[in-house]
Amino acid sequence: MSKKKRALWVHKDLLGLEYLSKEDIELLLDTASSFREILDRKIKKVPALRGKTVVNLFYEPSTRTRVSFEVAAKRLSADVINIAVESSSVKKGETLNDTGKNIEALKADIIVVRHNCSGAANMLGRNVNISVINAGDGWHEHPTQALLDMFTLRKKLGKLEGLNVSIVGDIAHSRVARSNIWGLTKFGANVTVCAPKMLIPPGIEKTGVKVTDNIDEALKEADAINVLRMQFERDSMEAFPSQLEYFKNFGITEDRLKKAKKDIIVMHPGPINRGVEISSGVADGQNSVILEQVTNGIAVRMAVLFWVSQVRDKDIKNEIGY
Amino acid sequence: MKLVIKNGHVVDPANKIDEVMDILVEGEKISKVAKVIDPKAETVIDASGKIIIPGIIDMHVHLREPGREDKETIASGTKAAAIGGITSVLAMPNTLPSLDSIEIIKALKEIIKNTANVDVFICGAITIGRAGRELVNIAGLKKEGVIAISDDGASIDRGEIMLKALEKAKKEKVLVICHSEDKSLSNNGMVNLGFTSTRLGLRGISKESEYKRVSRDIKLAEETGADIHIAHVSTSESVEIIRKAKKIGVKVTCETAPHYFTLNEEDLLDYNTNMKINPPLRSKEDIAAIKQGLEDGTIDIIASDHAPHTENEKDIEFDHAEFGTTGLETELSVSITELIVSGILTWSELVKKISLNPAKALGIDKGTLAAGKDADIAIISPDKEWLVKKQDFVSRSKNSAFIGRKLKGVVEYTIRKGNVVYKNTP
Amino acid sequence: MPLKQVFTKEEIERAITRISHEIIENNKGVKALAIIGIRTRGYVLAERIAKVINNLYGTKLDVGALDITFYRDDLSLVAEQPVIHNTEIDFDIENKNIILVDDVLYTGRTIRCALDAIIDFGRPGAIQLAVLVDRGHRELPIRADYVGKNLPTSQKELVQVKLEEIDNEDSVYIEEKQDE
Repeated sequence: MSKKKRALWVHKDLLGLEYLSKEDIELLLDTASSFREILDRKIKKVPALRGKTVVNLFYEPSTRTRVSFEVAAKRLSADVINIAVESSSVKKGETLNDTGKNIEALKADIIVVRHNCSGAANMLGRNVNISVINAGDGWHEHPTQALLDMFTLRKKLGKLEGLNVSIVGDIAHSRVARSNIWGLTKFGANVTVCAPKMLIPPGIEKTGVKVTDNIDEALKEADAINVLRMQFERDSMEAFPSQLEYFKNFGITEDRLKKAKKDIIVMHPGPINRGVEISSGVADGQNSVILEQVTNGIAVRMAVLFWVSQVRDKDIKNEIGY
Repeated sequence: MKLVIKNGHVVDPANKIDEVMDILVEGEKISKVAKVIDPKAETVIDASGKIIIPGIIDMHVHLREPGREDKETIASGTKAAAIGGITSVLAMPNTLPSLDSIEIIKALKEIIKNTANVDVFICGAITIGRAGRELVNIAGLKKEGVIAISDDGASIDRGEIMLKALEKAKKEKVLVICHSEDKSLSNNGMVNLGFTSTRLGLRGISKESEYKRVSRDIKLAEETGADIHIAHVSTSESVEIIRKAKKIGVKVTCETAPHYFTLNEEDLLDYNTNMKINPPLRSKEDIAAIKQGLEDGTIDIIASDHAPHTENEKDIEFDHAEFGTTGLETELSVSITELIVSGILTWSELVKKISLNPAKALGIDKGTLAAGKDADIAIISPDKEWLVKKQDFVSRSKNSAFIGRKLKGVVEYTIRKGNVVYKNTP
Repeated sequence: MPLKQVFTKEEIERAITRISHEIIENNKGVKALAIIGIRTRGYVLAERIAKVINNLYGTKLDVGALDITFYRDDLSLVAEQPVIHNTEIDFDIENKNIILVDDVLYTGRTIRCALDAIIDFGRPGAIQLAVLVDRGHRELPIRADYVGKNLPTSQKELVQVKLEEIDNEDSVYIEEKQDE
């Protein structure tokens, strides 16, 4: 009767989709479906994480992701503490590891960390015993954003296998693109990345994606398009296209969409720059699911918070298999 | 004071010795190497089953003194060297202040005289403050005993200044060591540019940033006829450029470091800052090319590029962590594990790369066990295995890229000028 | 330990029919009635009860499924990780008389979770509890309004309810718990 079941979830931390199996991601998406239902109730709250404390540790300003995690934690009845740290003071201030250990000593259960340095969440996860959820690290990964994108796609189209998904924008500097690529390719989606050549990172085709700098080609067969936020103010040594030139060649407009599949799904991680990477008409149009993404983001983050807090010490696998 | 080492397998390529011999040491010098030496001495070491080599000469070591004694000192660094079988080191000039004046060299020599456990030779800077603009007083430094010059950590971007440096160095018979890196091409990178840098979301360092500068430096050496030495070669292209230069007779030597033939970029996938090194860990193909270069003799020398850093400088975000790994205590064992065990080098060839060739390149009368030479000797158990553990390091810094690795080869004795400066106590 | 059958297929059928009649009697008809079963076997029983009532009265009762995982107070205590099912209550429970259905009533903690969960959906007129088996050993002040069978058990024993829709048989067994 009491046969040993395999643990469903074995990761102390959620650091990136590169490190998860397809089954791991499926469990998160299925659980998110259960939570998505709760969000439509009158009382949008369950006691699953009652007594747990979630700390949002943000080294980069991000109202959107921080609020989404905060709402998710509160819907699970967890207590939430927000800590915003000026990243400019990182050098002279307390180290990330010390801050993490202090949060652990305060008896918090989960740290949600956003950091401008790639690998910051990995480092924190190694150095504390409590769970760490990566809310975006440098150019590396933004796993919950990709999970909510995948959740939205699956909800809309019923599956991920075989879907044609194009990601358009600054792929080189985008953690959203990387996480989406790892996640979608694990499900057998056909991913195309589209950007000016200078914004395609080296070797990206080794993940199994198609690369193009032709937006019409990226749109042609696409079931869905994920439009990345463009930041032209970055202080970079690299060559960068001008804003006008970018919109002309890569901006998602009604005219361009006319050549795509009629019911193509348009996603955007937000906040959107109207007239920079996407026209207002498309952002507010019938193909856009941008606001649904926001709601789904809560459900997905609830699922992540729930599962990292279900890990028993005995179940924890070495976080990254390298 | 007499010392006899009995029954050890002596590897001394300078004299084409590679067999069981006895060695007699009298005072600071080796007095005899023969089949059987009667052990009438104060000290007799039984070296049965051990390998005996001339003390290792590590020509790329950052001892950090003066200025960064929190990372390493002459005393702590040379103690670590002795553990690694190293009896001579070349101290790099990127100290605080840089080793760019007669005064600072004089002060450093005083520290070395009082605190060093092995021989410390000095590499001066090429330019004042290693800023790449104004040449140091090369003749003056040479008079103070400086045997090589380098702006290590930086390359001189302006060709005409490098040219002038090479001309002066040739006149003064000082070796110029090139940290060949074009920083405008390495782009503030942190790891090898390619799929790995993409996966990690870190800025990449292109291979061009190294090999284009290697190419320039070799061209300038060819023009001037000066002796140059290319430090820490990491890419396949650099190996090929040096191979071709040697073929046409350019006077160039080069070194690589143990991590460049052992670790590759994918070892970085968990953001281990101890593996953040400049030049960066490269691809598996580059490792194969480095090994090929070692095997065919293109790469003359193995040096550790021992770069100690404090935990505060390493136990932080990858972006902010300092570049470099320590190496003095692991250099020999990594070389045995990666090169001898796999048959890439024979013991005799390895001894050339870690002792004889650096002695020749630096123009110092060492690197051999011939009678009359300095009694700098390392006695090694070649098959003994050990696990690299952070807490076991003697260097003041613990930032080794090899922590957690199992290595072969343990140094049992290190003898410097006839004195046992390290003895392994199990 | 061999399994001991304590409830046959026919007995289960009779118990469901009887409970259905009691529900009608107690609520003076089917008005404002809705049935919610606890995942997974409680939901199966809820559907069977609804079918009996619908057949008798030609009604189409609302039936909902409730997963109580997120309301459990022992998530951090139990050794194995929970399996999550969807909650599906796609009708308004406001002022309804809710019949909450589960297979076994034991400590009462599952029912406590279910009550919390239902109340998060709105304010029902009343909640009544129907169970196939009441095996005693309550840890909370909870009792069932409709019981298929009272089954005195020791805490060492396990009660297994098997239902056709899930287990390919209708039966209830008692098993001595193995020492771990």
